[in-house]
Amino acid sequence: MEFFKTRTHIPFMRQRKWAGLFSAIIFTVSIISLGVKGLNLGLDFTGGTQVEVSFQKPVDTAQIRNNLVASGFAEAVVQAYDARNISVRVSPEKGVTQEQLKAKLMQALPGGTLVQLDYIGPQVGAALMTNGILAIIVALIATMIYIALRFELRFAVSAAIALIHDPILILGIFSLFHLEFNLIVLAAVLTVIGYSLNDTIVVYDRVRENFRKVRKGTAMEIMDLSINQTLSRTIMTSGLTLLVVIALFIFGGPTLRPFALALMIGIVIGTYSSIYVAGSLAVAFGLDRVHLLKSSKKIEDDLP
Amino acid sequence: MNQYPLWRYVLLITLIVFAVIYALPNLYGEDPSVQISPKESTTLDATLIGQLETALKQQQIPYLSMKQSPGFVTVRFSDTEAQLKAQDIIQATLGNKYSVALNLASRTPKWLLAIGARPMKLGLDLRGGIHFLLDVDTDALVQLQESGDIHTMGVDLRNAQIRYQSITQPDKTHVTIEFRNLQDRDQAQILLQKNFPNYLFITNNLALSATFSPSALTQIQQNAIEQITTILRTRINELGVAEPVVQQQGVNHISVDLPGIQDMARAKDIIGKVATIRLQLQDVEHNAETAAQTGVIPAGTKLYFYQGQPILLKNQVILHGTSIINAVSTIGDDGRPTVQVRVSGSEASAFNQITAANVGRSIAAVYIETQTTKKLENGKVVTTHIPVEKVINLAIINSALGNNFQITGLESMAYAKELALLLRSGAYPVPVDFIQERVVGPSLGKENIHMGVLSTEIGSLLVIAFMVVYYRFFGLIADLALILNILFIIAILSLLGATLTLPGIAGIVLTVGIAVDANVLVNERIREELRNAMSPQASIHAGYGRAFATIVDANVTTLIVAMVLFAVGSGLVQGFAVTLTIGILCSMVTAIFFTRAVVNLIYGRRKIKQLPIGITVKST
Repeated sequence: MEFFKTRTHIPFMRQRKWAGLFSAIIFTVSIISLGVKGLNLGLDFTGGTQVEVSFQKPVDTAQIRNNLVASGFAEAVVQAYDARNISVRVSPEKGVTQEQLKAKLMQALPGGTLVQLDYIGPQVGAALMTNGILAIIVALIATMIYIALRFELRFAVSAAIALIHDPILILGIFSLFHLEFNLIVLAAVLTVIGYSLNDTIVVYDRVRENFRKVRKGTAMEIMDLSINQTLSRTIMTSGLTLLVVIALFIFGGPTLRPFALALMIGIVIGTYSSIYVAGSLAVAFGLDRVHLLKSSKKIEDDLP
Repeated sequence: MNQYPLWRYVLLITLIVFAVIYALPNLYGEDPSVQISPKESTTLDATLIGQLETALKQQQIPYLSMKQSPGFVTVRFSDTEAQLKAQDIIQATLGNKYSVALNLASRTPKWLLAIGARPMKLGLDLRGGIHFLLDVDTDALVQLQESGDIHTMGVDLRNAQIRYQSITQPDKTHVTIEFRNLQDRDQAQILLQKNFPNYLFITNNLALSATFSPSALTQIQQNAIEQITTILRTRINELGVAEPVVQQQGVNHISVDLPGIQDMARAKDIIGKVATIRLQLQDVEHNAETAAQTGVIPAGTKLYFYQGQPILLKNQVILHGTSIINAVSTIGDDGRPTVQVRVSGSEASAFNQITAANVGRSIAAVYIETQTTKKLENGKVVTTHIPVEKVINLAIINSALGNNFQITGLESMAYAKELALLLRSGAYPVPVDFIQERVVGPSLGKENIHMGVLSTEIGSLLVIAFMVVYYRFFGLIADLALILNILFIIAILSLLGATLTLPGIAGIVLTVGIAVDANVLVNERIREELRNAMSPQASIHAGYGRAFATIVDANVTTLIVAMVLFAVGSGLVQGFAVTLTIGILCSMVTAIFFTRAVVNLIYGRRKIKQLPIGITVKST
């Protein structure tokens, strides 16, 4: 079985204006949404107490919310996992111990059994947030340094821009649809950074090889050729990874669902950005044969 | 072309055999169990098993088996519910002489255990339990240490006849000493720097400013964390958790995992409880023997027993445990075990005066802790908390005691160590705060495991099926590599004793996706070379050779991200980072080395017309 019977000649570089426009629009929408609506931060970042409660019969979340408000939890965040399982998050109260808070909460949720209780102090939430932002920045810089060393600075900068693009879009979608953003989603965002880079590097590797092998051709033609040559691999790998992540989304349960969702979005966007954004940018930055030939190293053919 | 030397196959087979053996224990699973061991003596009562059997039968709690090993008895149950009920019943039947701990007993056969093969540990989210994150206020400790040293600095300066105007502690981390002239200041600097090597002294006009040196500061923080960790462990033992995980997280956090238990209130009670130490004077005006016999206790005293002998102690507390900031066991000047005690805070000077007035008398260290006992009443388990006071040491005061004093002439080094630990454990050295708590019900744990395993299976099966359809025989080889990769990850996680969590499972699932990438790259490359009319043998050679650099580059970046995740992430995210890292490293071995070995074994040394890689190329 093959995706393409003959060699493909899709003019990716000619489509780059449309791709640029598309990227610009969703990027702007993401930023605006993040600025206006912000992120629906989960317990990890807000701090507070969260209980997961399971009921014998299907419950009505609106009814539960009313009960909670009546019991004095005006700002309780109720989230339904399915018909019988919900989570309730409340902010910490001064002078009330966790045990008292738990008892008060369970009183407001008659018929429910406690499945899980989480408490995170406010200072921890703040520290996790700072650490998370730090992690994204460190990951970006570290991978950029690696590409600059292995390939060339122009590649590193283009890859980094394509990379920033991916997490911003994931955050944008999480903000736009008011999906809960917690620590494990952050881990997914970081994984996407690594994953998207995978695709980009495969293309860049091919570009380097083609500059050496194909004597003629502009940078744009070489880029098109390289993307086309790696296209079936890109589709295959992204498709397979998407398959396992979808399995995780459907069967992994409520804890892993937001994580799987972030990865699903990330894989699609990452594949797109490594084809359209990373490649086009390197060309736009004036990539040329000479940049790569001097840094090329002979690769041992004898390796396994 | 396309041949591997024999040693590579030998290496590969050895690796696979190892992986199979060390991954094997995970197949057997674990039984929820209760482990019963005597607290003080090491011998088990012969009637213990019989006692347990009757108790469990009476309460109608079914159990799988009961086994006596040297030093402890293990009772296995089919589910956690029975296990939790049984723990209460057994504790209530046997009383406080035995510790009754929840455990997961592995069903792994002996021969596997003998070679160190053990199943992976399951995280709290997969087996239920309680998690705490404690914050240790190390600044408070620094302040405490400094206020103790201020006193000694003053004494040293006066003894050396260096005149100073004042010693103050303007904020939590600084000590300022003011002088009348520069000469005094410089003399003081030389003297203090020699006597207090842990401090950095900086001159500032007529004043000296002292702070802890960075290395001393780290040392203080580290000591505090270690001390609290030790105290935590002893306290958790009382909770009846067989495998608690108490570990430092970051600079000043301690993470506590208590698998199996559900009672958060009791756990916090015991962990947060303050066992205290008090120093009290012995009353020698009255006869302790008479008091013990008649039961008439003289006013202002209380009767205790020390090494079997009755003693009377005055009610006045001359030093509280909170003032003891350190106690270490050493060998004293007389060559006998000694405990060095450091005292700080407002009580220090009063303590000095009282001991000066009572030289020649005896001073007792009293240890007070809250003990939890369980009793069976009408078939129900009733829990009570009783404070228990115990005299742990009685020593004669030889001279007035200052900030540093010694308890000398102790009978053994082991006793000195124990005493030092108890003196220190009187209270946490600094305030400890619960900043994160988590309770996971056992049913949720089971469900999480089920969902994690199910999604791994379905994800892997989808990938396996697709690879075979797309790449035919070469896809099948890649699939074998994929299965081997999962086997390797499980074997390494088991061998490292790493804890598997739900995000960890997600990491494995994701690795499945990433691991096939290497084979996709290789296979696509081979197809390309075939289309370029290269011979099958040359295509295999070129395909693996050219794809290798790309695979390494691509994996290194994912590895970098995994490292960043591990460095800045907390517990759960770290679990994900660990499995992702191991997965990527293993996939390099399986996807490149293993598949090449299989391909070489089958196609090396012979002529082939067509490669079964899912495409047909017309020969030119």
